[in-house]
Amino acid sequence: MPKLTIDGVEVEVEPGITVLQACETAGVEIPRFCYHERLSIAGNCRMCLVEMEKSPKPVASCAMPVADGMVILTHSEMAVKARRGVMEFLLINHPLDCPICDQGGECDLQDQALFYGFDRTRFEEPKRSVEEKDFGPLIQTFMTRCIHCTRCVRFATEIAGVEELGLTGRGEDVEIDTYVEKALGSELSGNMIDLCPVGALTSKPYAFTARSWELGKTESVDALDAVGSAIRVDSRDGEVMRILPRLNEAVNEEWISDKTRFAYDGLRRQRLDRPYVRRDGKLEEASWDEAFAAIAGQLEDAPGQRIAAIAGDLADCESMLALKDLMAALGSANTDCRQDGARIEAGRRAGYIFNTTIAGIEQADACLLIGTNARFEAPLINARLRKRYLAGGFSVGFVGPEVDLTYRAERLGAGPKTLGEIAEGEHPFARVLDHASHPMLIIGQGALARPDGAQVLATARAIAEETGMIADGWNGFNVLHLAAARVGGLDIGFVPGEGGLDVAAILEAASSGGLDAVYLLGADEIDMAGLADTFVIYQGHNGDAGAEAADVILPGAAYTEKDATYVNTEGRVQYTRLAVFPPGEAREDWKIVRALSGVLGQTLAYDDIGALRARMAEVNRIFAAPDEAQPAEWGAFGTPGEMDPAPFAYPVENFYMTDPITRASVTMAKCTELARSVNKDKTGTDG
Amino acid sequence: MSGPTNPPANGADEAGPFAFTKANAALAEEIVGRYPEDREASAVMPLLDLAQRQNGGWLPPPAVAYVADYLGMPHIRVYEVVTFYSMFNLKPVGRNQVKVCTTTPCWLCGSAEVLDACRETLGIDLDETSEDGEFTLTEVECIGACVNAPVIQINDDYYEDLDGARTAALLDLLKKGEKPKPGSQTGRQCSAPVKGLATLISSGKMKGREGD
Repeated sequence: MPKLTIDGVEVEVEPGITVLQACETAGVEIPRFCYHERLSIAGNCRMCLVEMEKSPKPVASCAMPVADGMVILTHSEMAVKARRGVMEFLLINHPLDCPICDQGGECDLQDQALFYGFDRTRFEEPKRSVEEKDFGPLIQTFMTRCIHCTRCVRFATEIAGVEELGLTGRGEDVEIDTYVEKALGSELSGNMIDLCPVGALTSKPYAFTARSWELGKTESVDALDAVGSAIRVDSRDGEVMRILPRLNEAVNEEWISDKTRFAYDGLRRQRLDRPYVRRDGKLEEASWDEAFAAIAGQLEDAPGQRIAAIAGDLADCESMLALKDLMAALGSANTDCRQDGARIEAGRRAGYIFNTTIAGIEQADACLLIGTNARFEAPLINARLRKRYLAGGFSVGFVGPEVDLTYRAERLGAGPKTLGEIAEGEHPFARVLDHASHPMLIIGQGALARPDGAQVLATARAIAEETGMIADGWNGFNVLHLAAARVGGLDIGFVPGEGGLDVAAILEAASSGGLDAVYLLGADEIDMAGLADTFVIYQGHNGDAGAEAADVILPGAAYTEKDATYVNTEGRVQYTRLAVFPPGEAREDWKIVRALSGVLGQTLAYDDIGALRARMAEVNRIFAAPDEAQPAEWGAFGTPGEMDPAPFAYPVENFYMTDPITRASVTMAKCTELARSVNKDKTGTDG
Repeated sequence: MSGPTNPPANGADEAGPFAFTKANAALAEEIVGRYPEDREASAVMPLLDLAQRQNGGWLPPPAVAYVADYLGMPHIRVYEVVTFYSMFNLKPVGRNQVKVCTTTPCWLCGSAEVLDACRETLGIDLDETSEDGEFTLTEVECIGACVNAPVIQINDDYYEDLDGARTAALLDLLKKGEKPKPGSQTGRQCSAPVKGLATLISSGKMKGREGD
């Protein structure tokens, strides 16, 4: 390993790294604008110049590989003078508009100008100004501020896989631009805002609403898809002002999807901020006592089997367990968390989680996607697949409708017929999987949420077992979920108990008068028509389909407003944290269930979240080990049998609107409109 | 100078579709064949040049898109190349593109006078095209012929050792539809010294250095 001297201290570093990285391991920070450890090296900002012995000129440390015996001076007169010169040039055309710039206070250029900037300019000519670009409803451009580091171009090209941004012109005329002016067609575009070291790309929805130093920062996890990205919720005066990614190498690295980042305005709109009770066919405001009394009146004489509960996609584990316990106390086994009707059993954990883990994708060398458009269903898992693809030697095949995944993937067929052929070893892709040392498959809800889902699942299991996906230290079988609540619900056992009804049976029983009450825990994506004649209790935070159908509304808390447990698609137990309080009369969800249990005379045995979490760990020991993806034991799951030849369909048609929060978001509505119009231009049809 | 501007989104409709002629398609195939497999993108500049020549000296958006698709490149990557090099034109140009070098050596030798002569003779200013579509006048950075400064480039030919009068005469010939002889306009042989040979005058062999 090469040894080099950095500022008089000898360090030994990994061969092949750059001088800048070596300096970092030695604890010396080098200023930079264009260099980013997850992007290719551009070496064009020149801010990272250091002095190197035997070199007559300073060298760009980000692009200089280490060699044995190098002597580097990072803060010598020469290095500092060189950086001052670079900074002076960078500031020549940079406007001095920090007071009205949204990046102010968290700007790399501002910070570094403090150390290397000059307090006046020697440039007497007019500064250049650059036309603004239209990058769509998410990114605001102030291109005059751009210092041409090209991080955004490299991000779009490398990580997002959408080659639409480029650096056009040259010299003083250089600009970041798209070829034909249009919004960026990426689900990860918001990350460019974080990458931009200046205020050239800023968040449009957040524009001029807050300063970074006024914000309270809460570390949490996202609940808008099943990835469970690490996020930081920035809030002020009891409102979420913005959401940023937080580093979690195992899950989202340092990216988040545009839905995760920009849907927060949905947390302020159409909120259920007080209980409602339906009187004479009209929902009227009520107090908690009145709401609970209405429920108690309805449930008083109802036998257990005539009550049912459905948990939605955003439900947290605490409230699901509390509700399950309450239903059990009331004598009901009619509980289900699979509101899309996915044929997944709760028993065998390996049969419903993403066993490979997201980081594990990087070890795989072949991948079969079954009925899943990962780009819309889990953009960060798709980004990881693309990362693996770019590293080379990764064959991807998919079964389902034609789709652009941002990397080369072979379409193997439309549905179960092709899947059967792969399982039988008759399809050429079966050989690809056979020959791979670490093959994996991802099965999506498009293949499982159909009447023959259990058979499709069994076929996928057969493929996994026959192509060597299950081996010592490797499990290549993965289920990709859409809902943050789903794995947690299955872990809790929020599924029909002995003789209980599942979602389809609950809806059928309700429409034929077989049920006295249905409890919807944030369930909005079911067919409400079936519940028209039944007493519906809706507990949730946004007024959506469920609230409309409800007879009693219990206002709950969104994922940013409670300390709650979510389990991501890998089976990783993670906690959200309360960043702001629920609005008005709304309360944390498990507390609502607990309070209701008291009114119903079935008081649950936990009084605080500690006791409830202890109960969770008792129900399933995985809850005792947060933040880890625990390997699940392999075994039988699915039901072998005939599959329906109907082709798979992808479950997420509109990436931007998948749940009550995103459906209430204006930003997401703008994105949806734009995506529709782009689609229309492309195909000549709507959608 | 203003920066490159985006082609209008509907530029494709205005300019009509673009495709290589049969002869150019064969040539394009040959050019691409010069590069290794999977490195076809290396042919982007010769193909853009081919497309530009076929299209009367400029590249409409459909031509840029055509070359990009031909090489399997994202459109933006080709557009970057087109905007980087001043030799690619994104707007229509005259049949004769008069490019006047005004970089320091040419300027020291009188390029200002040459430029004025161009303006006067052609009746157009920089970055303009004459009404008859015959001439476009542009200013360029060093074109690498400083030893024969001042220099102008007209289409593929260099005209060297110019002054105001010689430039006007040159352009008058072009206006008449004749083609002036490229190279030095003073009769100098290539880049030989202006005031005649100063070395290697005798026909004898070079003598060894004396006194060693």
